[in-house]
Amino acid sequence: MSESAKDKIFQSIREANRTIRAPEAYPEYEDSLLVSQAHLEFPDDLWNDFGRNFSAVNGRAMDSPVLLMSWLREQSCTFGYCAPELYQAIGLALENEAFEISCEFDRSRYDDYQFGITRASGAVAESGSVILTDQDTPDRLGALTPWIHIAVIRPAQLIPTIPEAIRQFGSHSNIVWVTGPSKTADVEGILIEGVHGPGEQVCLLLHES
Amino acid sequence: MSKGPVQPIDAFSANISRDQRDAVMSSCVLTTEKRRDILWRDFPKPDVLRELAGKIKQHTLDHLDLYLEQATGALEQNGVAVHFASTGQEAREAILGVLQSRNARKIVKSKSMVTEEIHLNPFLEESGIECLESDLGEFIIQIDGDTPSHIVRPISHKNRREVARSIERKGLGEYNDDPATITRRARAFFREKFMSSDAGITGGNFISAESGRLVLVTNEGNARFSLAPNKLHIAIVGIEKIIPKDRDLAVFLNLLARSATAQQLTVYTQFINGPTPPSQPDGPGEMHVVLLDNGRSEALASNCREILRCIRCGACQNVCPVYRQVGGHAYRATYGGPIGAVLSPLLAGKSGFPELADLPKASSLCGACREVCPVDIPIPDLLLRLREKAQIERVTSPGTPSMKLFGVLASSPALWRAALTAGGVLNHTPGSLLPIPAMKTWLSQRSLPRFQGNEFRRWMKYRKGSKE
Repeated sequence: MSESAKDKIFQSIREANRTIRAPEAYPEYEDSLLVSQAHLEFPDDLWNDFGRNFSAVNGRAMDSPVLLMSWLREQSCTFGYCAPELYQAIGLALENEAFEISCEFDRSRYDDYQFGITRASGAVAESGSVILTDQDTPDRLGALTPWIHIAVIRPAQLIPTIPEAIRQFGSHSNIVWVTGPSKTADVEGILIEGVHGPGEQVCLLLHES
Repeated sequence: MSKGPVQPIDAFSANISRDQRDAVMSSCVLTTEKRRDILWRDFPKPDVLRELAGKIKQHTLDHLDLYLEQATGALEQNGVAVHFASTGQEAREAILGVLQSRNARKIVKSKSMVTEEIHLNPFLEESGIECLESDLGEFIIQIDGDTPSHIVRPISHKNRREVARSIERKGLGEYNDDPATITRRARAFFREKFMSSDAGITGGNFISAESGRLVLVTNEGNARFSLAPNKLHIAIVGIEKIIPKDRDLAVFLNLLARSATAQQLTVYTQFINGPTPPSQPDGPGEMHVVLLDNGRSEALASNCREILRCIRCGACQNVCPVYRQVGGHAYRATYGGPIGAVLSPLLAGKSGFPELADLPKASSLCGACREVCPVDIPIPDLLLRLREKAQIERVTSPGTPSMKLFGVLASSPALWRAALTAGGVLNHTPGSLLPIPAMKTWLSQRSLPRFQGNEFRRWMKYRKGSKE
């Protein structure tokens, strides 16, 4: 069936396009046209621009694990998931401060994790987006089911613009740009955060130790 | 006194509740204003972007066979099983076939207009498959047995009290119309549904022909959640959703969210390059893309082919004075508003066109839709072309006033002059006393501006006289 449907569709398209007098040419354009300069104030300080744009979409940019820790405490968090690669850098410190940390995501306990700490593959300064890929964040559920998600990036992973982030797609089979917490405005246009994904989206900048 | 037949949109409009009219109007006005603010704040010349996007899409459509072939190859290269469907029926069967062969019985679905177009949910449910809409708005629609009234905001015709009653009916808690409570209840209900699902069904906003990347945008995270715990992903995508290269995504993503919801980007923008490799713990290891024609190639062959550039942002609906008054259901088709007034009669095909031929007539041709369109579709021109098509095919629609009298008057200068002088009488005549039934019906829901005919002629005459 599918082969004949395919033939039929291609035949109709070719038939439809045969008689066009002046087919549109692919337009030449510069990527710079697509960049919103209004979002980039500090070309030498991408973290600053990222932080501003990420805050504008109600994300929380933090640049020290100590800050994160006190904020998590304010949120009355006690238990969370931490990707194994980040245990030494963050998980251990949290444990020392009496947080309970699990480095293995247990699906049967998906409702128990109050926060999830995973690696991001980058962040886009222009749009305030955190980039997640399967290679760096294989545990999709660990980054998705807890109310609080903490995406961890390194300074070298900051990308200035959307076109540049697209150029750096690479061969990843799955890329998600996360621009703030999950949200809806379906009911009377009123903004509510935390629909199916995290209600709090944090980006933690981890300086090389 | 008998009235003439009523135009279908007018008939619908006469019965809309005050609540519904207010809900549609306020959400449209709000979104239109926010859209304008963000576009002009972020780009010095947003029209340059819109025109560029329009050209890229038109270029793709004008070479669609090549790009569709390239996209198919790239998808398959990425390990995606590609299916083609000429009709909604073929698409439904292809999807059911895949689900049955994997024994998938519990499906979570992301918001997708194309699945609305082919009425996928009722079909799967008849086959004993649970197919749950996970977008909050679509979930309410599903509970109510309703249809979406807007491309982006499916329940824009409902206020919070109605939504609260739907949530109560579904058994998710006592009546509570606080939007935050409504959202929390949906969240709690869905988590277990996502976790125990067998497959996720999504639409697709773009497919890059170059890489075969499928791009999905959502704000709630439902598409992401429906593609994390289970092992099967089926995406159904119209053949017009192809774009040439990955870099073009920057053009469209910049425009889509700003036009649709006045956001810079939607919260979750997913770029899916095939199934998840076996080494990964989460995510579907099997991925299917169903490429749907369902009248699109016929629309491509028409003189309204530009309509296939549409990226489904809904900005034309928000800005349209007709849509704002009546909402999307008045258009009696999956796609309402200006985009729907063109697309719906075209997708209906030869046999369905007469039924929807009134839609292009329900417009004042004010041009607001064209001004906001992120892909620069000349919607008013297309509405005129469809009116002409109806004329040529001798399709008549109920309640459309005849233009014969106007034709006679306008072709004789003497009659025209006389009519303009006599027209002043209209200012002193209630609409109900007019001798033309169609006019009378038309005026029952509208008011005419003050008739000012002949003033230009008088002015010219005076001017000439004073010069000599």
